[in-house]
Parts: sequence; C-alpha cells; structure tokens
Amino acid sequence: MSALLEVHELTVGYGAAPVLHDVSLTVDAGQIVAVLGANGAGKTTLLRTLSGQLKSEAGRITLDDQDLRGVKVERMVRHGIAHVPEGRGVVTELTVDENLRLGGLWRKQKPKLDGIYDLFPALAQRRSHLGHQLSGGERQMLAIGRALVAEPRLLLLDEPSLGLAPKITAQIMALLRDLRDRTGLAVLLVEQNVRSALSVADQGLVLSLGRVVTRNDAAALAGDADLRHVYLGF
Amino acid sequence: MDRFLYLTFDGLSRGAVYAAFALALVLIWRAARIVNFAQGAMAVATAYAGYSVTNATGSYWLGFIVAIVGGLVLGALVERVVMRFVDHSSPLNGVVVALGLVLIIQGVLGMIYGNEFRPAPAPFSRDAFQFGGVALLSRYDLFVFAAVGAVVVLLTLLFTRTPTGLRMRAAAFAPDVSRLLGVPVSGMLTLGWALAAAVGSLAGMLVVPTELGLHPNAMDLLFISAFTAAVLGGLDSPVGAVVGGLVVGLLLTYVSGYLGATVAPMAVLILLVVVLLGRPDGLFSRAKARTA
Ligand SMILES: Nc1ncnc2c1ncn2[C@@H]1O[C@H](COP(=O)(O)OP(=O)(O)O)[C@@H](O)[C@H]1O
Ligand SMILES: [Mg+2]
Repeated sequence: MSALLEVHELTVGYGAAPVLHDVSLTVDAGQIVAVLGANGAGKTTLLRTLSGQLKSEAGRITLDDQDLRGVKVERMVRHGIAHVPEGRGVVTELTVDENLRLGGLWRKQKPKLDGIYDLFPALAQRRSHLGHQLSGGERQMLAIGRALVAEPRLLLLDEPSLGLAPKITAQIMALLRDLRDRTGLAVLLVEQNVRSALSVADQGLVLSLGRVVTRNDAAALAGDADLRHVYLGF
Repeated sequence: MDRFLYLTFDGLSRGAVYAAFALALVLIWRAARIVNFAQGAMAVATAYAGYSVTNATGSYWLGFIVAIVGGLVLGALVERVVMRFVDHSSPLNGVVVALGLVLIIQGVLGMIYGNEFRPAPAPFSRDAFQFGGVALLSRYDLFVFAAVGAVVVLLTLLFTRTPTGLRMRAAAFAPDVSRLLGVPVSGMLTLGWALAAAVGSLAGMLVVPTELGLHPNAMDLLFISAFTAAVLGGLDSPVGAVVGGLVVGLLLTYVSGYLGATVAPMAVLILLVVVLLGRPDGLFSRAKARTA
C-alpha cells in the first residue's frame, strides 16, 4: 500500500537560500505524524508548501499518487487537504456558525454542522458569537472544527497547543486520536510541545535548520534521551 | 411649516440617492480598502451609455438596464485591468490611480459626447402630489425610494443570507485563510467591484434627471455628498452609509432651501471637514472592531 501523502526531497525557500532542504516524509491514512523542531526550523514553511501557499524549488508532493505541485491554494481543499494555520486563522469578524459554514462552502451541498457541534459542545453554545469573543481554546476548536467541515483526508495542524492551557491541549490531542481511530483521518501535526505531540502521534520526525534529522516511531522518539537533549530540549 | 415639510421630503429623496452612492463606496472600501474616487466618473460613463440606448430605442428602461449592466462590467474591468496591479502598500497609490481614471473617463466622454449638458428625461413625472395643499412627493421620488430600498434589501440579503455573501465577507476580512478554505478570493474582489459599480450607476441614473442633465462632470457634487455620507457613516458600515446619505441629503436641501442653492456645496464640504476632524472613524464605527 502506498502512503496517502508522499513528500520526496522537497526544497523550498523565500527567494534567497532555501529554508527546507531535501525534506522527505510520508503520512498514511489513519496516521498521525508529528513534525517537531525548534523555532525557525521550517515547520510552518513545510505546511505552507503542502497547502500550496508556497512554491517548492525542487521535489515531489503527491496525495494518493496525485501530483499536488501547481495546485492552487483555493483548490487544495478539493483534493482533501485542510490546513489550520499557525495562529488558528479564525475569521474574528464572523460568527462561530459563519466560520464553520465557510469550511464547507466549496461543496455544492449545504454543509452539515451538527456533527461538528456534537464534537465541540462549547462551540454549540456560542453559535452566534463573533470570533473575537472566543477564548484561545475555543478559537482552536473552531479552527479545527472548520477544517473538519470540509471532510478532509489529511489535516495539517500548525502548533495547535500554542498559548493554550495544558488541559485544553490534552483535550485537543485526545480529539485527534479519536478522529484518527474513528474516521481514518490522517494528521500532520506540527508542534513545539513535544510531549503532547508524541503522546498521540504514531510517527515523528525532527526538523533542524530545514533538514529532517530523525524519523522514527513516536514511542522511540519519546524515549531517545540524546535526541531529546540535542534537538528537543527536554 | 409647509416649506419645512416640502424640503424634508425633497431632502430624503436626494438623501436616498446619496445613500445608494455611499453604499457603493462602502462596498469597495470593505472589499478592497480603497476609496473609489473614480466612482462618479464611472457612473457618468454608464449613464451616457444608458441614455444613448434610450435615445436610439426610445425606451427609458432599456437604457436603464444598459447603465446598470454597464456598471457591473465597468466595475469588474476596473478591478481586473487596473486596481489589481496597484501596489496597495500605500493607500495613496489607489487614490492616485482612481483620480487618473477620472481624468481619462471624463476626457473620453468629452471627446465622444461633448462638454455641454444633455437633457436626460425622467421615467416618471417629477410633479409632486399635493397632500393637504403641500406638494410633497412626485412619482419620480417614489421610484427613487423604491429603487434604493430594493438595493438595500437585496444587498442585505446577499451578504447575510447567501453563501456568496459569506464568501465575499470572508475574502475581505481574511484573504489568506479564506483561500485555504477554498474561497476564490480574487473572484470575490472582482464581484465586489462589479456590484459596487452597478449600485453607483443606479445612483447616477437616479440623480441625472434631477440635475441639469448629463455632463462629464455631472456627478462631482454627487460624489462629494456621497463621500461625506460614507465617511459620516464610518466607511465600513452599510447602515452608516444609508443614514449618512439621508442626513447629507436633508442638510443639503435645508441649506439650499433656506440659505440659497449656491451655499449648499459649501455646506457639504464644511460637514466633511468637521467629520474628518472630529470623528474620522464616522458616527457609526464600532470601537476598533477591525484590526487588519
Ligand atoms: N515570509 C518569509 N520570508 C522570508 N523568510 C521566512 C519567511 N517565513 C519564514 N522565513 C524563514 O524561514 C525559516 C523557517 O521559518 P518557519 O517555517 O516559520 O519555522 P517554524 O515554523 O519551524 O518556526 C526561518 O529562518 C524564517 O526566518
Ligand atoms: Mg511555525
């Protein structure tokens, strides 16, 4: 069986020297893969390239053997890729309900939000609140919920735990685990919160200065004392 | 008192037109953060096109439709061909380009149609009905209220009740995130310009029969009045634009009624300066609702 997402020797930059060098990784359906690494390692750059916001200089990206290079950002969602950006990207001037509906507008059918509200009861009580009235945790749930409305095959999450209380972070990780097990959702999870990420991930890879320095099972990474010390700092 | 009533109704009718034109300015401001200083000239251009068709066919309504559709097309063109390529890092760039468009459009219209006023008939009688001995409203005034009311209702429904309206709002507030969610952001911007220009053309068609007629500069005063109305309403607020339009319409009419028509343009400019100095965010702006 070939992987859902295959990234092969990807090189990306912002004009000057590349920021990502020869990055290769795979994500299978029903798998959570954690991308770890310090600030500036290139994690966000990787996700932005996968969702078509940045062009790669070299390398291949395929989803289900379909070439994704050259696919416009606004068409990525049709290929089954949902990207929750760094800082969550809730449209603060729109209500919770409008934000969620926005996630499903690319389809002809009316978006079904009931399942999302079941998943996030806190949002159900705030349907008509504006985005800027929500707490950080609620915003993150809204951003993830909105991505799920699109019924993606692959979810790209950029530091969902940033600025959240440990309890909320744990809730979000548990939700990811549940979605993976129930629906076979694949997740590429960028995190600086290494412990949380490895607690749900199946696989992990460590980016350092734009290169993949390690790839392994999440459990093995969590137990690798040298690695923890050198690259992950705990 | 009779005179006051008469002026009030006249002011509301004028104000409705300003409201529509101010709405057009607000639409573009919300979509693109540009004050479209070319909107008056664009509306004149489509009014000329409309009245050319009316003259050729004898049908006011055919010309009316041509003017509105012409507004849609012209708005889309201006966005696609011109504004899209303006560097928006400084707000001044868009203003300068819009003013350039004004010169081009007015120059071309002058070459084609000449610089004299051309008569522009109204589709309905402008003779006012008598109510208790006071002449208050004409059929044409009723037409103006109905047309502007319809635009307000349709735009409200579009933005609050339809998927496309939601896309347009999201694209304006958060373009990057909207793209990730599959919204064709640049198409929404074009649509915003097209709709705004069509509303501007409607306002232009409504105002022309009440003025001296068609002229390349025929909408200069309309633009200034509507711009004042839009600023009064906060530029960001459609409700503010409508209320602002009515306020400016009433002010203009009272001033020209009691102090003389020549003073009226001055009164609008004074109001504009007072608002810009005293309440630059408008009377209706929500406190810092928008940061981007
Ligand atoms: N828009 C940009 N233009 C130029 N360089 C950038 C841009 N965004 C990020 N970079 C650079 O790319 C590198 C990786 O950044 P990023 O992908 O944001 O890292 P991470 O998400 O791992 O913290 C950093 O050195 C950063 O300075
Ligand atoms: Mg980052």
